Amino acid sequence: MAELTYLQAISDGLRTEMRRDKRVFLIGEDVGVYGGAFKVSLGFQEEFGPWRVIDAPLAEAAIVGGCTGAAIMGMRPVAEMQFADFISCGWDQLVTVAAKQRWRAGTPVPMVVRLPSGGGFSGGPFHSQNPESSFAHIPGLKCVCPATPEDAKGLLISAIEDPSPVLYFEHKHLYRRIKGEVPEERYTTPLGKARVHRDGDDVSVITWGAMVYTADEAAQKLESDGISIEIVDLRTVMPWDKAAVLESVRKTSKVLVLHEDTRTGGFGGEIAATIAEEAFEDLDAPVKRLAAPDTPVPFSPVLEKAYIPQVDDVAGALRELAEY
Amino acid sequence: MATETAVDVVMPQMGVSVSEGTITRWLKQEGEQIEADEPLLEISTDKVDTEVPSPASGTLTQILVQEGETVDVGMKLGQIGGSATAEAPAQESAPEPEAAQEPATAEAAAEADAASPAETPAPTAPEPSAAPPTGNGKAFVSPVVARIASEHGVDPSQIPGTGSGGRVTKKDILAFVESGGAQQEQPQEQPAAAPEPAQAEAPAAPAPAPPKEQAPPPKPPTPAPVAAGETLPGETVEPITAMRRGIAEHMRRSLDTAAHVTSAIEVDFSRIVAVRDKLKKEYQAAYGVNPTYLAFVAKASVETLRDYPYVNAEMRGDSIVTRNFVNLGIAVELAEGKGLIVPVIRNAEGLNLLGLARGIAEIANKARNKQLVPDDVQGGTFTITNPGGYGTFHGTPVISQPQSAILGTYALVKRPWVVEDDLGQDVIAIRPLMNITLTYDHRLVDGALAGRFLRDLRERLEGWEGDGEG
Repeated sequence: MAELTYLQAISDGLRTEMRRDKRVFLIGEDVGVYGGAFKVSLGFQEEFGPWRVIDAPLAEAAIVGGCTGAAIMGMRPVAEMQFADFISCGWDQLVTVAAKQRWRAGTPVPMVVRLPSGGGFSGGPFHSQNPESSFAHIPGLKCVCPATPEDAKGLLISAIEDPSPVLYFEHKHLYRRIKGEVPEERYTTPLGKARVHRDGDDVSVITWGAMVYTADEAAQKLESDGISIEIVDLRTVMPWDKAAVLESVRKTSKVLVLHEDTRTGGFGGEIAATIAEEAFEDLDAPVKRLAAPDTPVPFSPVLEKAYIPQVDDVAGALRELAEY
Repeated sequence: MATETAVDVVMPQMGVSVSEGTITRWLKQEGEQIEADEPLLEISTDKVDTEVPSPASGTLTQILVQEGETVDVGMKLGQIGGSATAEAPAQESAPEPEAAQEPATAEAAAEADAASPAETPAPTAPEPSAAPPTGNGKAFVSPVVARIASEHGVDPSQIPGTGSGGRVTKKDILAFVESGGAQQEQPQEQPAAAPEPAQAEAPAAPAPAPPKEQAPPPKPPTPAPVAAGETLPGETVEPITAMRRGIAEHMRRSLDTAAHVTSAIEVDFSRIVAVRDKLKKEYQAAYGVNPTYLAFVAKASVETLRDYPYVNAEMRGDSIVTRNFVNLGIAVELAEGKGLIVPVIRNAEGLNLLGLARGIAEIANKARNKQLVPDDVQGGTFTITNPGGYGTFHGTPVISQPQSAILGTYALVKRPWVVEDDLGQDVIAIRPLMNITLTYDHRLVDGALAGRFLRDLRERLEGWEGDGEG
């Protein structure tokens, strides 16, 4: 096994599928000659040629629409949005056409939209969002949010294989910061299966993406005080692994649902409601949510820190629950 | 390479009142591949026998509970994926007292055990219960604490709380149950582990228990010995299945509860036979459903019940509960004499003949293919059993509690029968006859009422009108 960064693991997964399956192609802004804004597809055009690594005009609706059509015709397109935020321009193609097609006409739409998402770099309101809950709400779409390099590769391959349109949210803050062992061969990580990132007894954290690491640092802080935290990494937000979440809740009876997206209408609300419905008699404290406030992401580094849940915020919330 | 995380296979909760289940068969062996939702094992509870689908795709890496063993709901039975680790099956709810302060001696445990297992928890640790109760005694009780309290019959206000405002936390009550209340619930069939260190109730006032020398560990409860010598030549011994135990308990309880009386009536089925002959082809061609005699009887019974609410009633405590609906139980025999189950057709009063015929076929199918879920067998208000399939013409069924009556249908046989001809003369004719019995709880249903019910039922069947679409 090689140690790869999160970003290298994404490249590795994409390259693996493109070498294996000629139907897979990549399209996006600057993905070809430039190798992608974040260099995920560096060297791809040299290897696979300009017809499989396509530089698109600045037109997300055209990219998503083109991919939808190609997928319906039997290709396995992978679109890259330069930033997840720009997917809003492709909303109609994705939500009205791609998501409905399989249910309306029975034809699979095996496409993937890669969405570099998340904040932490003072990218401001247009380059920092985590829009997964908007799409998790649309029946017919799947939403994947890997946290580890191993999952980044395995989930990307599963997403490409999947007959439904899959939104693949790759967190920019993890790209080069997170490294891990990644098997060299091809493998898949199933969609809809959570992962226990950290085993604990006192409080469960349900989270995904970059917040897995924020939660882990907070858990380490609390460890010295004898508070044992379990972290469940959902890995995919839609479908989401209800059984794993409920199992953890039944074990600890106290839950923090944590995400980087804004609070109201964030996917954490769905999780909290499900816990209240299905594990009420196992709760020893109110289900708590920690998320960004209901505003656009600020530019200012100071404000952005106040905006995105930080290690101390998570530790504070967990301590409150432990002491409840 | 498999990157799946290991997924536990646990004993499913098959209904609110079911607390344990028996593994009857593993359909896969260790090392075999299985897909998610593919049947993995068969279990038997006192309500239903069912297949348990695999919770995940992968390799069945471990089987922790063997066939024939009975375990609590939630216990880990095996594992899909991951690597096979020798993990002892641990009770999910078994708390881990992390800070053992006073090892309870086996003697103390024995004493507590000897004390009457009354509602009040046996006092275990000396003194420290005198810890000052914080709050005003009306502290908030969380859902999980309330549940554990009711499961173990303990009063949360008697437990010193360490949560905010002196609230009793899940840990507090688990530690309390572990040290005291747990004595009431001896683990069954499991060799008692070495006495677990019990946590002192209050960290304050650590009245040191004299550390006695290690008492001999309690003897593992010896399983009721079936000495080989006690089996006589020619006898075969087999364990009682969960379903059989459930049936036995229910039959005994029903006879102990209700005052069973059976009345019978003979019904001339001439008209039904004619109607059925006409409908049979049509129903089978159009719907693939066979309009059985049972469906006719069910339809007429449901209609008749409208006029006899007590026959569709229940004695609940000091009250009599009647209904404006009929949840019709149909007794279904399982293959190979493996028992009897009574799935329920809900709101049978809203079904016509076709609907009832279809409903009966569906539940019978589900019962035989082990696809019933707990909801399918709960909530019946009146039951029909059909033991006539083998030719018997009379019987005295046992009422399915807490219902107040059960109808029995028997073999349809041709008999010489006295009927009136057009001139008002008695003549002997050959007629298809069926005996129908009503076994009723005489506490609630008087004999005359049962007689009138049967009379009306007979009139409906003998004078069957239309094709059942009504």
